Amino acid sequence: MHPRVIRLSIPMRQALAKLTLPVLIAAAFGMMLLGKADALIAERARMALADALAPIYGVLSEPLGAVRRTVDSTSEVFTLYAENTRLRAENEKLRQWQSVALALDAENATLKSSLHWIPDPAPSYVTARVVADAGGVYARAVLLSTGPNHAVVKGQIALDERGLVGRVTELGARSARVLLITDINSRIPVILESSRARAMLTGTNGNRPRLMYWSEGAIPAEGERVVTSAEANVFPAGLPVGVVHYSASHVPEVEPAARLDRLEVVRLFDYGLRGVVAPESPASRTMFPDRRK
Amino acid sequence: MNKLPGIRPRENLARQLDKLARRGFPATSTALLLLLAAAPLGLPGQAELQASVALVCVFFWSLFRPASMPPPVVFLLGVLTDLLDFAPPGVGVLSLLVVHGFAMRWRRILVRQGFLLVWLAFVAVAAGAAALQWLLTSLLTFHLLPPGPGVFQAAIGAGLYPALATLLTRAHQTLAEPEQA
Repeated sequence: MHPRVIRLSIPMRQALAKLTLPVLIAAAFGMMLLGKADALIAERARMALADALAPIYGVLSEPLGAVRRTVDSTSEVFTLYAENTRLRAENEKLRQWQSVALALDAENATLKSSLHWIPDPAPSYVTARVVADAGGVYARAVLLSTGPNHAVVKGQIALDERGLVGRVTELGARSARVLLITDINSRIPVILESSRARAMLTGTNGNRPRLMYWSEGAIPAEGERVVTSAEANVFPAGLPVGVVHYSASHVPEVEPAARLDRLEVVRLFDYGLRGVVAPESPASRTMFPDRRK
Repeated sequence: MNKLPGIRPRENLARQLDKLARRGFPATSTALLLLLAAAPLGLPGQAELQASVALVCVFFWSLFRPASMPPPVVFLLGVLTDLLDFAPPGVGVLSLLVVHGFAMRWRRILVRQGFLLVWLAFVAVAAGAAALQWLLTSLLTFHLLPPGPGVFQAAIGAGLYPALATLLTRAHQTLAEPEQA
């Protein structure tokens, strides 16, 4: 059939064919070791692929989003009345809160001016579209399409309109990967807002990250607000994270304020904090110092 | 096969290309399906679905058209799944190669069985592959990961097989058949 192919004897060819699978299985183990020894190679390969796919998925996400919105809105038609009543009640409550907030804001401003308070610098941010889920089965992350000339750096903090989403861990030329606060590798220093106790927010890959290592005596209360802590110089203080909720097995968890299951657009803030640089191999910083620019 | 008596078209370039495309169909369609499964469809459990798509395709083609799904192609598809779902590199590669090896081993028996038995065999394979991936990912990330997503992945694979295999069977008899070139 193929006269130009080098002729091997039949037993030889059979032996080679039998060897291919074991050799490739060995290569797979080799890949695992290599991926463990040098995380940078895998990261660059992934982000190269993500860079190629992010624009395509970005274009695709428009019609797909439209389809999803249509489906959502048709199901909403049936709950319009109940939803409307609920929103009216909520609106009333929020009006009261708004007046309280405005009064507190004014009071805060006068107190700060009389104390000669040094204002925090206003953080700069960029907004990026979430184009795909980049978590896989055993991780929680999203892929952002950032465009070619962006100012995104590793370790930037991602927020949606309601609260903390996660941090940028991998960066490509046109895309960035944000590790969500629910990921099993995520650790966030937080403060329980009413008791001012410090704690650690630990991801579990589930929907609600878990609270750990809170100060003795300051037991997290159900419904208590949780905000970021400036400890370790990774996050600015006071970013909303979520509210405490006890699980069925009486473990304090945090219901994230951000809508992590339906992220569409996130803002990446640069607070200029470099306390702990992105959680991965230090080789990426020494070998390619200008890669992130 | 060429020795069979009968009238067939002359071997020319177009026919050669046609044959080549048909031989490449299983690998190309699997890669495209993987990219599609990674698209922002917003489905719940999409990550598990993506892992299952690779398993179903590799299992099916290894069983029914092994010439178009040789180990190197399985390896490359594994690399693609690992890159797409940000898993530790090598995990997807190894599990797909093991599935391929299993399919090749049991091929002679399985191809003669009806759909139901092949499906059952796939359910076992999917469960094994999910367990392997869970174990390897746990080892490589130094975390005892919750096994829930692995179980879910195996279940999705079991549910996906009949639907996808129906489509692939049609393709197997038409698009991927080099003799129809």
